[in-house]
Amino acid sequence: MINFQHHEMLTNLANAVEQIAKDHMRPFTREVDEKEHSNPDQYVKTMYEVLKMTGGAMSSPVMGAKQEGEKKRRTGNVTSVCFVEKLAWGDCGMYLATPMPLLGGAAVGAAGTPEQKAHFLKRFQEGEPKWAAMAITEPGSGSDSGSIQTTAVLEGDEWVLNGEKIFVTAGKRSVEESEGFVVVWATVDRKAGRAGIKPFLVDHHTPGMTVTKLEKKHGIRCSDTAVIVFENCRIPKDYLLGSAEVKPSASAAGFKGAMATFDATRPPVAASAVGVGRAALEYTRDYLAERGVTPRYGINRNKLTSTEKELMRMEAKVKASWLLTLKAAWMADIGEPNNLEASECKCLAGRDMVWVCQKAVELLGPEGYSRRHLVEKWMRDSKIGDIYEGTQNIQKLVVARRIFGYSREQLA
Amino acid sequence: MFDLEPTEEQQLMVQTARELAKNEMDPKAHDADEAAALPAEFLKRSWELGLACAAIPEQYNGAAMERSAVTGALILEELGAGDLAMALAMLAPAGVAYPVLDFGTEAQKEHYLRACTGNEFPQLTAALMEPDYDFDPTALRTTAKKHGAGYVLTGKKCLVPNGAAAETYLVYARLEGAAEGFDGVAAFFVPKGTAGLTVGEKEKNMGVHALDSVSLTLANVSVSPDARLGGEGPIDFERIMSYARVALCALALGVARRSYEFSVEYAKERKTWGQPIATRQSVAFTIADMRMELDAARLLVWEAAWRLDRGESATKESYVTKMIVDEMVLKVTDEAVMIMGGHGFIRENPVERWLRNARGFAAFEGLALV
Repeated sequence: MINFQHHEMLTNLANAVEQIAKDHMRPFTREVDEKEHSNPDQYVKTMYEVLKMTGGAMSSPVMGAKQEGEKKRRTGNVTSVCFVEKLAWGDCGMYLATPMPLLGGAAVGAAGTPEQKAHFLKRFQEGEPKWAAMAITEPGSGSDSGSIQTTAVLEGDEWVLNGEKIFVTAGKRSVEESEGFVVVWATVDRKAGRAGIKPFLVDHHTPGMTVTKLEKKHGIRCSDTAVIVFENCRIPKDYLLGSAEVKPSASAAGFKGAMATFDATRPPVAASAVGVGRAALEYTRDYLAERGVTPRYGINRNKLTSTEKELMRMEAKVKASWLLTLKAAWMADIGEPNNLEASECKCLAGRDMVWVCQKAVELLGPEGYSRRHLVEKWMRDSKIGDIYEGTQNIQKLVVARRIFGYSREQLA
Repeated sequence: MFDLEPTEEQQLMVQTARELAKNEMDPKAHDADEAAALPAEFLKRSWELGLACAAIPEQYNGAAMERSAVTGALILEELGAGDLAMALAMLAPAGVAYPVLDFGTEAQKEHYLRACTGNEFPQLTAALMEPDYDFDPTALRTTAKKHGAGYVLTGKKCLVPNGAAAETYLVYARLEGAAEGFDGVAAFFVPKGTAGLTVGEKEKNMGVHALDSVSLTLANVSVSPDARLGGEGPIDFERIMSYARVALCALALGVARRSYEFSVEYAKERKTWGQPIATRQSVAFTIADMRMELDAARLLVWEAAWRLDRGESATKESYVTKMIVDEMVLKVTDEAVMIMGGHGFIRENPVERWLRNARGFAAFEGLALV
């Protein structure tokens, strides 16, 4: 039955997460933006304790997202997007600095052996805060991840990694500042194209792995975006995630399987965009209300002021992106293929939350441009939602291929 | 728990509506539009399916389906995908039946609800809109003045669906002396032939040609006290408008969906330089956009409907949703024309009709109810 009410338990948990966002993120949100790459210590400590206490309940939904064959109705994906939306509402950069397995964990959760899960994920239940990262992008390889140049060569019982990875979210925190890990995508056979590309698990402080740079960014400045160089970096043979077999590129099942991780991680990314958009919407609404501007719902639209109209559009767009995100997550929970919906929600939320935040700056006039208010920060933070985990155009490509049933060769 | 799966009962009704749209509406929409008349027997045949007023209780001989705006939204999307003019025509009686069901006196229910459960298509319709650029349901210019025990109605109405054939109009008017807002609005049953009521010629609109819509002029129309919907008590006009916005949004989803589906098929077949145009990013991305905005808009509509079903207010939700949906349906139908290029401008191709129909939603208020 069509129902937009969440389970009471989820509602309560989400409220608790929002309280964390209010108490431990918002008070520092300007500070961590101004002091780029500084650590939001209080938030990290608090959150890690919460995550440990709840048995990682807040990280496991993404990790377990692609388990097949479960008859029981799962709620992990819906739960996950609800939490992410709240945290991003608090501060998107800080959310990305949450000490949890995030994307790296999602990959291990989706494709890892029981031993790999035990070794790489169990550590998030104990000790000091830890992070995990995903390293795919290279200077010459973006959304066309089939063109990855980083190599992995098997020498005896070890894989030897060589190459350079960029745009690694939480890269430094994962491999140098904590006892975390990074999932590195490398080719075992360049001639095999996509079929030769495999994810490898690299533990923190592994010799041969160096963080050479932290990017200075438009927004989400609290999040560390690292360049990581691998020079003869040796890892155990069984740190390969998934099968080592190089299948013919026509099927490229291993690659596709790993890429399917994105069906589980795009909705949370959409949720993070929505969180930022909602923050900007609420701030704008309150700011205007304090100055006597309250939208008049129900009257003829030609009578509305442009401010009222824009505010209403912002409301509708935030909700539309959110509902589409929930839909994609819900489909994953009931085991429906959600490739199209996952890309749709990411595409829409990415695009429209940028619009919402830009509008917020506009509606506050000169005040909106001032760093005294947060809307300009949210506008900068929102733009990444339109880019990472596949740009708006890439999402459209995925959606269009699904609509027409085209392969990537037919619609490039 | 969050869920987007319609119930089995809803799916059955959707299936019925989809078949009606596919067999009786869509294939006949072009000729009906050109002839500016509904297909022969359309109202009779569609009425027999019982889709329009399904929630009338058993005591009035109704089908006693659960009153649900969500169910209504699901059905109306299908009808909108069939043809907007036909959908608005077949839904006109619901514009009277549902306010009566929600707010009518027992005598009014006996009379009008029973009229909506017979075999014949009921000639009942609502008259809400007024011919002004700033027509506003919260500031109606049609007024109702207390006169003795009854009322005197004065004003103008437009876009009254099935208006020529209708035998009774439910006319919305602002009670004289009432402040602007939803509260001062009342509705009155005015039978055709009442002194002072003039039914205009069939309107010639940009779209929905097949819909028999008229204007009404009310010049000191006297009605008896029992002509007021709900008697002397107030009606929740704000809520009626929320139901109406959900209904129009759902119809718009249907128009947009049909245009989208048509565009997908066309883009796969039409070839340029040996390749289907769907393989070109400019076309493929446009269609991806259409799909994305349609899917998002549908959830907004469902959510507003769901609020109504829970007994909550959906004034804000339905209002901002309609704002977005009105823009979405115009954009999607416009893109559908663009994808066909010059062919899209030719009336033989349905996309041009869908674009004309789509433009109406920005103007339409209260033309249908769920």
